[in-house]
Amino acid sequence: MFDNLPLWPTAASSHARYEDWLFLFLTVVSAAMTVLIFVVIAIFAMKFRRRHGREATQIEGSLLLEIGWSVAPLGVMMLMFVGGAVLYFVMRTPPRDSAQVYVVAKQWMWKLQHMEGPREINQLHVPVDRDVELIMTSQDVIHSFYVPAFRVKQDVIPGRYTTLWFRATRPGTYHLFCAQFCGTMHSGMIGEVVVMEPRDYQAWMLNAAPSGTLAQSGMTLFQQLGCNTCHVSETQGRGPVLKGVFGNPVQLDDGRTVIADENYIRESILVPAAKVVSGFKPIMPSWQGQVNEEQLNELIAYIKSLSPAPAGEAVTSGAPGGTAPPPPAQ
Amino acid sequence: MSDRAGIGETPLAVEHEDRPELRHHFADVEQQRNAATLGMWWFLGTEIMFFGGMFCAYLVYRRWYFPEFAAASRSLSLPIGTFNTTVLICSSLTVAMSVRAAQLGNRKLQVRMLLLTLLFGLAFLGIKTKEWGDKYKEHHIPTFAFNAHDLIEDNQHLFGLDKLQGDPVKLREREAEIQQHSKIFFSLYFALTGMHAIHMIVGVGIFVVVTWMAYKGRFTPEYHTPLEIAGLYWHFVDIVWIYLFPLLYLIDRKPIS
Amino acid sequence: MATAVISTERKNYINAEYGIRSWLLTTDHKRIALLYLLSITFFFFIGGFFALLIRLELLTPAGDLMTADMYNKAFTMHGQIMVFFFLIPSIPAVLGNFLIPMMIGAKDLAFPRINLLSWYIYVAAGALYIYCLATGGVDTGWTFYTPYSSLFSNTRVVEAGLSIFIVGFSSILTGLNFVVTVHRMRAPGMTWSRLPLFVWSHYATSIIMLLGTPVIAITLVLVVLERTLNLGIFDPSRGGDPVLFQHLFWFYSHPAVYIMILPSMAVMSEIIPCFSRKRIFGYTFVAMSSIAIAAIGFLVWAHHMFVAGISLYSALVFSFLSFLVAVPSAVKVFNWTATMYKGSVSFSTPMLYAMGFIGLFTIGGLTGLFLATLGVDVHVHDTYFVIAHFHYVMVGGAVMGYLGGMHFWWPKISGRMYPEGWGRLAALIVFIGFNLTFFPQFLVGYLGMPRRYWQYPPEYQVYNVLSTAGASILAVGYLLPMVYLLWSLRYGKPAPDNPWQATGLEWRTASPPPTFNFDETPEVTWEAYEYDTMPLPDEVTLER
Repeated sequence: MFDNLPLWPTAASSHARYEDWLFLFLTVVSAAMTVLIFVVIAIFAMKFRRRHGREATQIEGSLLLEIGWSVAPLGVMMLMFVGGAVLYFVMRTPPRDSAQVYVVAKQWMWKLQHMEGPREINQLHVPVDRDVELIMTSQDVIHSFYVPAFRVKQDVIPGRYTTLWFRATRPGTYHLFCAQFCGTMHSGMIGEVVVMEPRDYQAWMLNAAPSGTLAQSGMTLFQQLGCNTCHVSETQGRGPVLKGVFGNPVQLDDGRTVIADENYIRESILVPAAKVVSGFKPIMPSWQGQVNEEQLNELIAYIKSLSPAPAGEAVTSGAPGGTAPPPPAQ
Repeated sequence: MSDRAGIGETPLAVEHEDRPELRHHFADVEQQRNAATLGMWWFLGTEIMFFGGMFCAYLVYRRWYFPEFAAASRSLSLPIGTFNTTVLICSSLTVAMSVRAAQLGNRKLQVRMLLLTLLFGLAFLGIKTKEWGDKYKEHHIPTFAFNAHDLIEDNQHLFGLDKLQGDPVKLREREAEIQQHSKIFFSLYFALTGMHAIHMIVGVGIFVVVTWMAYKGRFTPEYHTPLEIAGLYWHFVDIVWIYLFPLLYLIDRKPIS
Repeated sequence: MATAVISTERKNYINAEYGIRSWLLTTDHKRIALLYLLSITFFFFIGGFFALLIRLELLTPAGDLMTADMYNKAFTMHGQIMVFFFLIPSIPAVLGNFLIPMMIGAKDLAFPRINLLSWYIYVAAGALYIYCLATGGVDTGWTFYTPYSSLFSNTRVVEAGLSIFIVGFSSILTGLNFVVTVHRMRAPGMTWSRLPLFVWSHYATSIIMLLGTPVIAITLVLVVLERTLNLGIFDPSRGGDPVLFQHLFWFYSHPAVYIMILPSMAVMSEIIPCFSRKRIFGYTFVAMSSIAIAAIGFLVWAHHMFVAGISLYSALVFSFLSFLVAVPSAVKVFNWTATMYKGSVSFSTPMLYAMGFIGLFTIGGLTGLFLATLGVDVHVHDTYFVIAHFHYVMVGGAVMGYLGGMHFWWPKISGRMYPEGWGRLAALIVFIGFNLTFFPQFLVGYLGMPRRYWQYPPEYQVYNVLSTAGASILAVGYLLPMVYLLWSLRYGKPAPDNPWQATGLEWRTASPPPTFNFDETPEVTWEAYEYDTMPLPDEVTLER
């Protein structure tokens, strides 16, 4: 509204509208409750103030009132709970066909890589009205990716992938903040999210990505590192065929079955012995120390592109129970 | 505090004069004993929460890194661990017997049982010291030239390392991982047993004082509260060990090959 | 009761013995309470100084007053000092220590020497923290999140962690003393259902202190070991899990906030009946709500971790439980309000603080619901919205309760009346200053300003300036009582035994009380809060 006295944050995502209504509901209920208490106390203070000849009336209590004012607020709070839970569930379930962007956080900057290829630092260009999923990890301490205008936030943790998704609904430039204290320049780890009309986004994309998509870089790397000598395209080589692997169950030699998600691919590259596919010898060398985070992202993107299903599966982040974390980050 | 206002010549005052161990703010010995005992039970409750945090960390990592935890557990000396457990249980027995002796007014037996308790306690600590010395020689103490190489050697098949012989790079990687995860086991092992040992040392100190008090004849069938609550503390430290022993030493003694 | 003849020659706990040794080696719970009063006030000043630095820096969007590292240390030490060295001990160690034995008709706490020990432990921990401060300070945020604290920070994390580890034992021993005292030292006739609600609340607080504090103790030990011995328990590159730290940390630190608020609620339950001349409405419900808050409070810790990577399903459970824990707090607020109904209300300084508490705690508690609401928390977590929320409950709630209690029991503690006019003025200034400081923070937080930010985008400036202006007013509000309470020690009107004509055993003995509290052990045959049997306080007392 006013430039130097904003009253309401811009709502620029599909989450934001819903979240703002929920927030408004909470505000109205809270304001009503607060005003009620203030007014009642004011009335009691005035009506029952100390006066000569008037004694206080001793009242023990009232079971009815106690039950009433326990149950009624609980009921209203359950509405809040359900409203919040539904929104949260939506926020934590990225749609299947989201456009994915890989994010690496480090002290004190954001490094982003689009699937189509462009890399950005502290800036994220996205097209309007498109589901975008961020797959994030940290190189050092815990950070947090926060875009107030989209009402989204997710901690970015070293050694793991976490995800966040949104659909921007208004072109514009919005703040990106780090929201988890991470050291000296925590408050400097900021940037912007630039939402563009599809045409402008295409134009930007062409300018920014001379080197091809993430998956294309991954394919080049796949060949450079010699992965294709064992993981042959169509026929069975010394290693499993990777076409169609991503997103599907894999049978391991110790009897376990796991889903081939980003964490699995990453672990297979860095510590292949941890999960050996059934029927294959454990002869795959490890690339720990030989590929960095960005290259891992490229390889993962390439392997994803080999699957018929759209590359939009969410990485399970923080699964319940003792799911093992991925192997050490570089 | 010279002002004994409020006590006067009431029966309470007589009781206070008769029993120098009765502190001024308690009405009678019974109340004092009840308060002391309740206090010790609550304190032990806080100790459970204290150890609980470490048990929690242990459980999480054990679930994640079971093979390494199992291998590291097997490298601990079962004979020493079992012997130490027996020693501690015996020490709890002698503590209980010393309390019984106090209840019966038998000063000699009290002191004998307490001396035995001290002996057992010191034996436990001594054996623990030797055990840690062995661990030091085996390079199993984190930060002191830690190296889990022997675990890797002895568990080639279980870690799946025999299958990796053909690929030195991958082998190195898996070995590095085993080193890290074993180090976590040993970090928790020394944190847990170290915390336990500190509590044992404090316990020994307390019992030296209590033994002296018993020797001086300060305990009677009506009043032996310090002995009772010291005994509670000792039993607790014993129980912590009884949890630690299977969790640390008995993870997977008969490995499934 | 006619105004007793106050003989200033009468022996009380203050003039019973003279000399510094008699104070430093005392086992009298009342003297120990005063020792604590001095030490926590000292730390309040230091914590307040850091708050001043923060608010000054935040006047402008740029980081132009101090370096980023200095700022990070300022907010870290502000938080750690205020939480661990001021709020957590404040009411229990000062008012609880002083009053609980008297309220139950006992001569002292169950373990007077352990009480003194707890103060020395506090002092030792405080000295270590000052050392940490003097040798560079700590910058991890009061929450010590790993791996920043365990691996990356170059500041005095070990000293700070050890200091807080030590001060935790002061807390544990205080709680231990209270629990055993309430169980075993009540005077004849003082049944559980006749206990003042102050005692019930402190009992619940003590349970939390006992069961929760050891967990943060061991957590900090693990961080210290990690840093000094390079262990890797919280380091992902060595198989560790940084989120495990968060679970362990918040398992205590959430119940800790109930340690900070329950004693204030205890004070409210004493002040409001007295200045409404009415028994409390719903005694049993208020008593049980303290226990409920303590119990449920242990089950909600992960609502601090909704975006930390926990599973969707555990987030749902913790959100639900967090709504549940709001119910007993609401019950208290309604019961206090209902106590005023058909009462005979007077607006003394303690009552003003109490009414302010109810209003501000209501706002603070309601904004907690915003944080329990999953979808909304995603947006406001780690922003100034959270900062505003917890300051409303901790400062608008706990500190107002502390000040109200100090004024209410000042005559009993010091034997002097404070100047009522100044008292009311200060209460008003605190209320206004507080709201101006912290209400804008709700707004700027919702607009997206993250917390722990040394510099910020310019559009947030106006709110920050308002907030700093409020803080300066708040500071005046806090300084005033320090001045006039000290003044009253020499020049204040001598206090009668029961200036407020309040119920409660502490008011049936002299102001200040004798060393052993009562001339004779009381025998209780009446219920708590029997205000219908009490005469009205002197006109003079209330209109001063």
